[in-house]
Amino acid sequence: MSPLSRREFIAAGVAAGAGLVIGFYWPHRSSPSGGTFAPNAYLKITPDGKITVAVARSEMGQGVRTSLPMILAEELEADWKHVNIEQIGASTLYGDQTTGGSASVRTLWDPMRKAGAAAREMLVSAAALEWGVARTSCKAENGAVVHTTSNRRLTYGELAGKAATLPIPTDPPLKQSKEYKIVGTAVPRIDTPSKVDGTAVYGIDFRLPNMKYAALARCPVIGGKVAGFDDKESKKISGVSYVGKISDAAVAVVADSVWGAMEGRRVLNVQWDEGPNKELSSTGMMDGLKKSASGKAAVLYTAGDVSKASGRRFAAEYQLPFMAHAPMEPGNCTAHFQGSSCEIWAPTQVPQDVRDSVAAAVGLDSDQVKVNVTLIGGGFGRRLEHDYGVEAALVSKAANTPVKVIWTREDDMRFSTYRPASYHRLSATLDGQGWPVAFSHRVVMPSINIQKGFPAEDGTDSEVKEEASFVYAIPNTLIEYVMTETPVPLGWMRSVNALQVAFASESFMDELAAAGGKDPLALRLHLLAKDEDLNGWSSARMRGVLQLAAEKAGWGKALAPGHYHGIACFASFHTYMAEVVEISMENDQPRVHRVVGAMDCGQVINPNILEQQIQGGVIFALTNALRGQITIEKGRVVQGNFDDYQPIRMNEAPVVEAHFVQSAESPTGAGEPPVPPLAPALCNAIFAATKKRVRALPVVS
Amino acid sequence: MVDISLRVNGSERKVNVSPDTPLLWVLRDTLELTGTKFGCGAGLCGACTVHVDGAAVRSCSTPVSQVAGKSVTTIEGLSANGLHAVQKAWIAEEVPQCGYCQAGQIMEAAALLAKNPQPSDEQITQAMSGNICRCGTYERIRRAIHRAAGTGGAR
Ligand code: FES
Ligand code: FES
Repeated sequence: MSPLSRREFIAAGVAAGAGLVIGFYWPHRSSPSGGTFAPNAYLKITPDGKITVAVARSEMGQGVRTSLPMILAEELEADWKHVNIEQIGASTLYGDQTTGGSASVRTLWDPMRKAGAAAREMLVSAAALEWGVARTSCKAENGAVVHTTSNRRLTYGELAGKAATLPIPTDPPLKQSKEYKIVGTAVPRIDTPSKVDGTAVYGIDFRLPNMKYAALARCPVIGGKVAGFDDKESKKISGVSYVGKISDAAVAVVADSVWGAMEGRRVLNVQWDEGPNKELSSTGMMDGLKKSASGKAAVLYTAGDVSKASGRRFAAEYQLPFMAHAPMEPGNCTAHFQGSSCEIWAPTQVPQDVRDSVAAAVGLDSDQVKVNVTLIGGGFGRRLEHDYGVEAALVSKAANTPVKVIWTREDDMRFSTYRPASYHRLSATLDGQGWPVAFSHRVVMPSINIQKGFPAEDGTDSEVKEEASFVYAIPNTLIEYVMTETPVPLGWMRSVNALQVAFASESFMDELAAAGGKDPLALRLHLLAKDEDLNGWSSARMRGVLQLAAEKAGWGKALAPGHYHGIACFASFHTYMAEVVEISMENDQPRVHRVVGAMDCGQVINPNILEQQIQGGVIFALTNALRGQITIEKGRVVQGNFDDYQPIRMNEAPVVEAHFVQSAESPTGAGEPPVPPLAPALCNAIFAATKKRVRALPVVS
Repeated sequence: MVDISLRVNGSERKVNVSPDTPLLWVLRDTLELTGTKFGCGAGLCGACTVHVDGAAVRSCSTPVSQVAGKSVTTIEGLSANGLHAVQKAWIAEEVPQCGYCQAGQIMEAAALLAKNPQPSDEQITQAMSGNICRCGTYERIRRAIHRAAGTGGAR
């Protein structure tokens, strides 16, 4: 039930820098025919000149349907107007198709470039052969090959048939960053028009002929089971055709409309066996984390010896609650089980995991399950799970019908997988000048990966290790992790563990600045002053984003009366990010006016999409910093809808300014890195305004 | 089950549904107009916003019986070719990320501009704060509304 792809993908992330993250290979989808040129699985050019780029990642708003084809089109010297995309479902041709870890551009940068470059070289050769001229006198530009001396021109469509007969180069030359015409420009997103005229098809919109709809009654208590049910009232609802238990913990109501299924579920009478967690509460769990804090810890990073430092000592404790992704599109999945095969249409970030877990659940082999990937109405990590796929397949099998399972908002909130609650103990020593000479941070938190059955590495969760980045050159540093357990289902939520670590660490850094009489920016720059590689991170790049954010925000300059700045930085997903938050206090609550973000993610693919990711990441993080928490009482998730889990709306949304470092380094992640610095920068601004330190999220509870 | 007639995007439609069915599900399931989205089912997010006789309405919280004989406009019918001024502005400002909330945002914005062709920032905030966007596109929504209104917004 737990395919290792996500795990392997994270492990691959850890090893980045050691060459290609996913092996580059040249899979063919089918042998080319009818003059079509398809030198590899990523690309197809037909004689009419149409270029189709395979997108083997899921589009959930982060722009992969545009950014990935841009990379290939750049090397291909394609005319962007002729580029179309094909969304790839679960396949065996593209390696791990997980969309997560802000990794799509980073891991496909080389494969997409090489796929485009190899095709370009072949098209040039085809033209040279066609004209009987030297290859060196031909060049590719804007979707055609031109013979430079005679100005003759053949389009890619015209060359497709010939190119398809040529050998595929294994190591085609790649362009230099300064030669880019498409990469680095604000090419309009391919998916925008369909998202403003109502034609975009999300998972929830997909339909099959004669499809039915299902709503599931799931045990409200974590870990509880179905003890029995009475479907008399449900069957009276018009259109309800099936009511049945589909797993230990769920009863499905199938009807010929969504409303019928929902109404049928509303009147369904289920007796629950509430199981062992019926007294579970989030306050009890936080007490448990505090008790575990003195337990056995794994060392994530160490320098010098914190116990030997002398000077003034400071200590603080921080804590964060559970949080839910709450994407706008509630959970859903369509399945059609037909005995020896099963087809799935899912808004998923993990088509291959859905395929494998569905196969296991309905008793088929993986190659008997076909998974199609639809547009996703927001993922944020929730669609890295595969529960929705398994449920839909089980309902289709049990009710013997093509079916779409729909989750309500309350289902989505209460049966999610949650960002783990955490507790943090920090301490530090300042020397006579007020500079930190020792810093320790002990993270106490359940592990997502261990709960899901992935193996521990060196007795710990290596993803926590990677996300607990520390970039400051403090001579004595100790970052540790106490791994705990919880029955609460855990999931990867945008920026994963980096959010918790950054909130505690970057808030405490602000405390040290205040204690040592330093400006918070000056303290950070002091600790980053020397160019060095710290635990795999570059101090120079971190310094660069701090300086950029500070300069653009006007750090240290006079603000409007009653306005205050807070600053924080954090490196995650191979990317460097700094944010300056400007607030004022109204009735004891912060009002966020402006957030200036600066990012270094290497080569920028599309500045428009990058700006969207920074704006979106900041707003997403602000929801949870201010008040978006999940609490648990009597084993049940308390929050159900947007009245008690309140996302930021326009009336609270600050202006977000996105700045990025111009760089020719290989591109890294952009979707998650804007998230971690926001909460500490906000709370540091609150301290600047009130001299009160916020050590627990959410700010407003 | 009863027969209910309504006018949807300019055509007369007759549906046979239970009268308490929310308009949202009649549009999506019965009439196969899936541009209108389900977000919360409780009038809290605006993803399901349509126009009923020109006014922005939450279709998830409107029983279909209440719109019998009325004129309903969905995102599919906002303009003949998807090029209402608001839609054009949305494209120019590249508002959507995941896009899921955007039909509701556009319908809300179009209703605002129909009533108030030159809204101030404050009026935009007032009108749009019932619509949630988890992708955080608020700033671009504001710019796009100004652009559609001709009150700035071009970058
Ligand atoms: S779905 Fe109607 S307001 Fe949210
Ligand atoms: S664009 Fe994704 S919810 Fe608004």
